[in-house]
Amino acid sequence: MSALNANHISMTFDEPNGNRVEALQDVSFNLKQGELLAILGPSGCGKSTLLNIIAGFLAPTSGAVINGTTKLTHSGPDRGMVFQQGALFEWMNVAENIAFGPKMAGVSSEETSKIVDDLLDTVGLQDFGDKAIYELSGGMQQRVALARCLANNPDIILMDEPLGALDALTREKMQSLVLKLWKDTGKTIILITHSVEEALFLGERLFVMAPRPGRIKQEYRLPFAEEGLTKDPREVKTSAEFIAKREEVLSMIWGMEEEIMGNNQAVGI
Amino acid sequence: MNMSLLESFKHYSGMSKSGINKQKTTTFGDTEAIGKGRFWSIISVFSLAVVWHFGSTLGFINPIFWPAPSTVWQQFITISQDGYRGFTLWEHIWASLYRILVGFSLGCLVGIPLGFAMGLSEKVRGWFDPIVEFFRPIPPLAFIPLVIIWSGIGERSKILLIFFAALWIMVIAARAGVSSIKLNKIHAAHSLGANKRQILQHVILPNSLPEIFTGMRVAMGVCWGTVVAAELVAANSGVGYMIMVASKFLATDIVVLGVIIVGLIGYSIDIIMRKIEAKLIPWKGKS
Repeated sequence: MSALNANHISMTFDEPNGNRVEALQDVSFNLKQGELLAILGPSGCGKSTLLNIIAGFLAPTSGAVINGTTKLTHSGPDRGMVFQQGALFEWMNVAENIAFGPKMAGVSSEETSKIVDDLLDTVGLQDFGDKAIYELSGGMQQRVALARCLANNPDIILMDEPLGALDALTREKMQSLVLKLWKDTGKTIILITHSVEEALFLGERLFVMAPRPGRIKQEYRLPFAEEGLTKDPREVKTSAEFIAKREEVLSMIWGMEEEIMGNNQAVGI
Repeated sequence: MNMSLLESFKHYSGMSKSGINKQKTTTFGDTEAIGKGRFWSIISVFSLAVVWHFGSTLGFINPIFWPAPSTVWQQFITISQDGYRGFTLWEHIWASLYRILVGFSLGCLVGIPLGFAMGLSEKVRGWFDPIVEFFRPIPPLAFIPLVIIWSGIGERSKILLIFFAALWIMVIAARAGVSSIKLNKIHAAHSLGANKRQILQHVILPNSLPEIFTGMRVAMGVCWGTVVAAELVAANSGVGYMIMVASKFLATDIVVLGVIIVGLIGYSIDIIMRKIEAKLIPWKGKS
């Protein structure tokens, strides 16, 4: 059974200066329930556009996203979203942020507080329920964002560079947390990232996207996410296979970069 | 260990720097490294008082132009005991304060929802934008003749002027508050299943509070200016009325007393609003 089905998605729009931008060209893929898909690509390859289409914030020019049998047209609580930063509600404390989804859905307050307590535990913020958002570090804020998204029990979790603003050490810890949550909840996850290492480590499946027009250049199935569940992340990331894949993907992205720069030189930039 | 007198003065006057700020060598432009400047405020008020007192007693200041502090204080005692022109001092103060509170509240009650609607709807924004932008730069006092024709010289005309003074400021503040929200937050709320009403109530409204509070503080200042000026034209009570009548008799001591009263009340209200702001919006400037 297919959980998420992207069917020939294309997206073109006109810029104010009259240029036509082909942000996505005929992107198709199937995602099974419980798969973790990482999407990697240079700026302008349309990965954020793709995520916004799946989330329902943008309508594609042609094509459709189908969840099971229903065509997705608007955003909804079936697809949870985790943003890079700044999407938490500063006027609510940690517990209130996590409780937002259930509260909006009219879940009873006893049940909500049980959900919140469980999730605070899951993301390792047991004693932080009544803390204000601005009192937390960046990594802790992203833990809250994960918990807030999980509180709604969505089918699919969409992550838009969720760890992009964190320091290297916190980032590594959070990568392990994402893997743990993926394993424990069995959710389907789509994660966008700029970091080659993160994409390889977290992506059970990996799309490398290329720009102009935005498209899936290469698809991988990778063993590292499974390995990361049991092994130390450093061990996985320093293994020969991991390093070999990293170099392969990096040189592919360098290739795209040269292509773009070459084009720019041709038009005189 | 007891603090020395100088140290405790430095502490209470906000002069002593703490923590890393003591160590900083680049302070120009670093607003965290400089103190609150309370020490200099104390010096400032004190020197003004000294200049005023000795300027008057030594005869440098002509009492016709600016009365001595002792005369103003005498007038304060007299008026607070005997009243002025048929009303006690407190009735004059309350008359002005009442007009401001009612006019200001009405301005908020109409201005904030209108600003919100302008921030959220293209039609409302398009419809009201020329109206708001046209009336905003016109000083409310320019409407005094019209307002008197419409509502006479009673309370209603003054409240209407205050209302106009507060209205445009609050419309613009609320509209800016709506636009200040990050799209991320709206998207997050949508994907958490909130409907439009819930997003308005739980996301857009609280997110706009910092701008609305700044608007309220600005509006409050403008309202004081407007009420005093309105009472200069048509009133039989209020601090502005006191000032106007006194000026006709060259009673500069009462004029100065009125000015000081307006200044002190305006300053106190701003301090109260800043305290409420800190309590209600602790996240301001920290995200």
